[in-house]
Amino acid sequence: MGLKQNLHKLKEKYAGTKMAPAFNALHTFLYTPNETTHSGSHVRVVDDLKRTMNTVIMALIPCLIFGIFNAGYQHYAAIDNTLRLDPLGNFFTWDNFMLGAWKVLPLVIVSYVVGLGVEFIFAIIKKHEVEEGYLVTGMLVPLIVPIDIPLWMLTVAVIFGVVIGKEVFGGTGMNILNPALTIRAFLFFAYPTWMSGDKVWVEGAQAMAGQPDAISGETILGTLAANGHPVYSLWDMFWGFIPGSVGETSTFLILLGALFLIFTKIGSWRIMLSAVIGAIAMGLIFNGVVNAGWIENGSKFYGLMNETWWHHLIIGGLAFGIVYMATDPVTASQTNKGKWIYGFFIGFISIMIRVFNPAYPEGVMLAILLMNVFAPTIDHYVVQGNVRKRLKRLKVKTA
Amino acid sequence: MALLSKKDSRLILDPLADNNPITIQVLGICSALAITAQLKASIVMALSVMVVLAVGNVVISLLRNVIPGKIRIIAQLIIVAALVIIVDQVLKAFAYELSKQLSVFIGLIITNCIIMGRFEAFALANKPWRSFLDGIGNAAGYGLILIIVGFFRELLGSGTLLGFKVLGDPIAKTGLYAFGYENNGFMLLSPMALIVIGIIIWVQRSRNKTLIEE
Repeated sequence: MGLKQNLHKLKEKYAGTKMAPAFNALHTFLYTPNETTHSGSHVRVVDDLKRTMNTVIMALIPCLIFGIFNAGYQHYAAIDNTLRLDPLGNFFTWDNFMLGAWKVLPLVIVSYVVGLGVEFIFAIIKKHEVEEGYLVTGMLVPLIVPIDIPLWMLTVAVIFGVVIGKEVFGGTGMNILNPALTIRAFLFFAYPTWMSGDKVWVEGAQAMAGQPDAISGETILGTLAANGHPVYSLWDMFWGFIPGSVGETSTFLILLGALFLIFTKIGSWRIMLSAVIGAIAMGLIFNGVVNAGWIENGSKFYGLMNETWWHHLIIGGLAFGIVYMATDPVTASQTNKGKWIYGFFIGFISIMIRVFNPAYPEGVMLAILLMNVFAPTIDHYVVQGNVRKRLKRLKVKTA
Repeated sequence: MALLSKKDSRLILDPLADNNPITIQVLGICSALAITAQLKASIVMALSVMVVLAVGNVVISLLRNVIPGKIRIIAQLIIVAALVIIVDQVLKAFAYELSKQLSVFIGLIITNCIIMGRFEAFALANKPWRSFLDGIGNAAGYGLILIIVGFFRELLGSGTLLGFKVLGDPIAKTGLYAFGYENNGFMLLSPMALIVIGIIIWVQRSRNKTLIEE
């Protein structure tokens, strides 16, 4: 208990001074604080906001650890194709873990140091407490970028995402767009060669390009968009032994995280479920188009359109986006009916972008950002609809 | 300023900062987003608007007692359209490449809100000399923002300034590029111009708190 008391003493000592937010932040991050959150959109939670954030981080830890293993695994599997035949046999080796940790941990560190640095600076300038919003964002960011992204690009993107995506709107709880996705979208538009294509998803692919032992690390969506046939089995896709952004490949672990979030009532099951329904609906529509023969075999949309509807749920970042980012309480719809609509369109539009934009075949990021923008409008109409319904009931009663 | 009286010099200086047409009045945003991907285009656009606005203001001011109030908008449109066509033809004759690059946006100066705004708000009620100064001032305020935005967009987006490779050669990997630096493709897209203008507004308002609306 020594550390807790020391931190508490420091907090008391610096109370009211310029650096006070920094000590408070450290104290409440490590130990349960003696007060609960009393403002912002997280006010419904009985805990302090930081506890909420820590719960989400706990749900993300399996994805992070798997991402570290998978980064190394994909690298060695790409060099020696025979390793693919038996994923589990070669999976739990220290080489995989070491290489992955060497590449992934710097991403995590850069994300947190830069992001929290910006938050600290703003807290001191604006004289308020350090806001906790970045704790989850900082963990999401390394999980949704390609493994080889240069650290300086990540730094630029994190500064942009935190300042333009969040602080200009007034900080945590006031932002319109999900900060983690703002950061990814910035990278996506600013440095497209590092964010898409077949050379960025496997460690070392970019450096070895053009050499005799060049390795190809195309994602499944990339292969399908080129009307190719993925070399991975469905079980590979489900467990996550596939190339992709660091932490989003394993549908199994994301499912565990989703159950954990639903059980702790941190994530909204309505959004997750309706997004899955939306994705399935769009997948079925495209399958129907293919079955009806409305699209030719050689069309550039054929490969993705022809993919069986439920396969869309386990490839790409759709599952990760739905579970961890669509459910962000700040940027999602607040009303229950609104959540159904919001989630449904995220799933629906994700698959639509996947199919119709083969150059950038992952649509879930853009779909969530788009629906983030519409979430307040959806809420407005749901609330207005409710008001009208009640007024009508009142009239009937009094008449 | 000995050349101008204090009242006249305000006409030029006010629109540069505290009454800037873009950052305070939020006019002329469309062209500011569209043509600022390169510094050269921004400068030419700023000069074109300056010519049109200054001359237009003088002409309107001279005619202010002649134009009937009911048809003044159409009269203003004719004057500004004539001036824009002259500017467009001059650019086509002497800077063809640039005029291709600016394409439709020179023609669209006609619809630039700043121009109609100054005609309506100033030139119709003031004498020619003051109207001229007002035109120069407002166009300079507009041009200043265009040039700031163009500077950052070209420097960060293409790594060049006025076409010179100031950051090194991205293909030969010299200069900054030797350290792994890469151009920011987002800077070349219009949404980033909006964000850059937003940042300028943010900086301006945090320096001068009186500009913040309730």
